[in-house]
Amino acid sequence: MPEISLTIQHDAGLHARPLAQFVKTVKLYNADVQVYNISTGKGPANGASPVKLMLLSVTKGQTIRIVSEGPDSQQVLDALERLIQNNFSSEE
Amino acid sequence: MRRYQGIPASPGIGYGPAWIYHPVKAGAVSMERVNDPQAEWMRLNAAMNLARRQLLALEEKTLKDIGEAEAAIFQAHREFLDDVEMMNDIKNAILCRNLNAEAAVKTTFDEAAAAFAELDDPYFKARAQDIKDVADRLLRCLQGKEEGLTEALSQPSIIIADDLTPSDTVQFDKTKILGLCTAKGGPTSHTAILARSLGVPAVVSVAFDYNEIENDTLTILDGENGEVVFGPALDELETAKEKRRLWEAERQALLSAKNQPAATLDGHRVEVVANIGGIEDAEKAVEMGAEGVGLFRTEFLYLDRTELLNLDEQIFIYKKVMDILDGRPLVVRTLDIGGDKSVPYLGLKEEANPFLGWRGIRMIWERPDILANQFEALLLAGVNADLRIMLPMVSGVQEVKRAREIFDEVRSRLTAQGKAIASKVQFGIMIEVPSAALLTGHLAPIVDFFSIGTNDLTQYTLAVDRTNDRVAALASPYNPAVLKLIAITIEEAHKNGKWVGLCGELAGEKMAVPLLLGMGLDEFSMAAPNIPGVKQTIRQWSLARAKEVAQQALSMGSHIEVINYLKSLLPN
Repeated sequence: MPEISLTIQHDAGLHARPLAQFVKTVKLYNADVQVYNISTGKGPANGASPVKLMLLSVTKGQTIRIVSEGPDSQQVLDALERLIQNNFSSEE
Repeated sequence: MRRYQGIPASPGIGYGPAWIYHPVKAGAVSMERVNDPQAEWMRLNAAMNLARRQLLALEEKTLKDIGEAEAAIFQAHREFLDDVEMMNDIKNAILCRNLNAEAAVKTTFDEAAAAFAELDDPYFKARAQDIKDVADRLLRCLQGKEEGLTEALSQPSIIIADDLTPSDTVQFDKTKILGLCTAKGGPTSHTAILARSLGVPAVVSVAFDYNEIENDTLTILDGENGEVVFGPALDELETAKEKRRLWEAERQALLSAKNQPAATLDGHRVEVVANIGGIEDAEKAVEMGAEGVGLFRTEFLYLDRTELLNLDEQIFIYKKVMDILDGRPLVVRTLDIGGDKSVPYLGLKEEANPFLGWRGIRMIWERPDILANQFEALLLAGVNADLRIMLPMVSGVQEVKRAREIFDEVRSRLTAQGKAIASKVQFGIMIEVPSAALLTGHLAPIVDFFSIGTNDLTQYTLAVDRTNDRVAALASPYNPAVLKLIAITIEEAHKNGKWVGLCGELAGEKMAVPLLLGMGLDEFSMAAPNIPGVKQTIRQWSLARAKEVAQQALSMGSHIEVINYLKSLLPN
C-alpha cells in the first residue's frame, strides 16, 4: 500500500477550507484513504470523513501520514501531495 | 445589582435591556426497537433532506445578511451532516440493531461531540458545538419540530443565552443586537465571531444564574474586560456611557482612515475602488471607503427574465447606484453572458464550450440592439455621473470599433432628440483574453482605459477551466505567464496615455499589492471588505521598492516561486 508523510504548513491547520479541499480531493479518486497524525500519534481516520479528520486535530507544523489502497491509490496520494505542497492555495 | 465576570470575546461596550433567549430545541429522545428498519431508514433519509435544505437556506441568508465567513459555517454543517463515517454508524444502528432513527442519530452525534470536547486545541474542541447543532437540527427534523424563535426580539437588547449556535444567531434581527452574553463558549465560538462581524461587544463563559436575572433588566456588557452587570447603579451607567463614547470615537478614527487616499510612501497615488453587482453592494462600497466602482456587473438586469427590462427600469437602477456613489467614478461593464446560461430572449443557447463561445461583446454582430439598448439606458441615467463604460470579452480591434460606432449612433440619436445625456463618459475595455493583452498597443488609440480581469485572463492563458476541481489548482494569477500579460498591457497602455485598472480577485490580495503597484497599475478594484486593508498596505510601500519586487517576480518561472517570494515580503 503506497503511503506518504507530509507537514501541514497552512495557518489554519487541517480544518475549515483546507479540510474541505482535502476531503474533496480524496472523494475524486477510487481509493480508500487513511490518515494518521504522526506528531500526536492519533489515527487512523478515514480521509473522506471531515468529522474523523477534525478529530485528528492537525495544527500548523504537524506531520500527517497518508496511506491509501485501491485502484487510484497512487493518484490520490499525488493529488494530496500537490494540494498540501501548494499549501491549499488553489483558491487564492 | 448582579455582577459577573466572563471572558471578553468581542470588543466594545454595550448597555440596554436584557433579553433572555430560549431556543427551540429537539425534544427528549427515547431508545426504541423498530419493527421495520427499512422504513425507519427511509424516515431518516427524509429528515436528512429536510435538514440539508434548511442549511442551504441558512447559508444563503447568512451570506446576504452577515458575510461569507459566517455562511461557511453552514456549509461545514452540511459536510458534517453528510459525513460518510457518521452516516455509516447511523445506518448500522438502524438497519443492523433495529434502533429508532432518533436514538441512532443521538448516540452517533453524542459520541462525536464527546470526542471533540476531549481535544486540547481550543479551536477543534469548540467544534463540539457544531456537532451538537447539526444533531439538534436533524433530531428536530425527525420530530417534526419547526425551527424558529419562541418570541421575537422586540427592542434593541443585550442577548443573554446559555449558548448561541449559528442557527440561533442567524434568526435575530441584527439591528436589535446591542451585545451578546453567553454562559458557555470560548473566544473562538460562533458567538464571538458573529459579534465581531456585527461590531457589537460580547462576553462568553459567564456563570450567571437564570434565577437572578430577568428580561428587561438594564444590563452593561463590557467586551474589553469581560464584566457583565445586571441592574447597575446610576454612576456606573454613566461611566459605561462615557467608555462607550470613547470607544466609538476610536472606531470612527479607524473608519476615517478607510477614506484616506491610497498613496505610497514616495507619494505615488493610485485609486482603490470596488466591484459591485447591485445597489446594496454600492452602499457597502461607499461605507468601506471605495473611491468609486471599478466593475459594476450588470448581468442581474438580464437574467431570470423573458424579455429586456424596459428602459425606465434600467435607468432607475443605474441612477440609484450613481446617486449612492455621489460623483465617484462608476465603471459599468456591459452585459457579459454566454452559453453557460440559457436566456432565450438574448438568443443564448447551450454550447459545448461556452467560455470560448458566443458571449460578451461577441454578441454585437448578431444582436447590436442589446448593446445599443444598454448604451441608451446608461447615457440617459448618467447625466451628472462620472460614467465609464466597459466592454467584456474583447479579443480584437474590430469588435471595439463596431461597439464605438453603435455607441456614437445612440449618442447622436439621443442628442438629436434633445434629450439630456451623460457628458462625461469614458469608453474602455476589459483585458481578459490573452490576444487583447498582446494587442493593447492597437487597442489603446480607440479606448480611454483598460481593466484587467485576472480571473478569466488566468483561465484563458493557462487553458484551465476554473470550475473543474481536478485542474483548478493550476489556475493561479501569480503564474509568471499571466503576470507578463499584465505587464505588457500596462506598459502599452501607458505609452498611449491610457490608464489601467484590475478587477480580478488578485487586486484584493494584500500579497499582490507591491507586485501590481510596481507594474504600474493605476486602479485596484475589489470586493468592498478588502478595501481598508489594501489601502493600508499601499501606504506601507514605496513605488521604487515595489518596482524592484515586480521585476523580481516577473523573472521567476512558476507561480509557487512568485507566491513564496511575495509571502516572504508580508509583515510578520
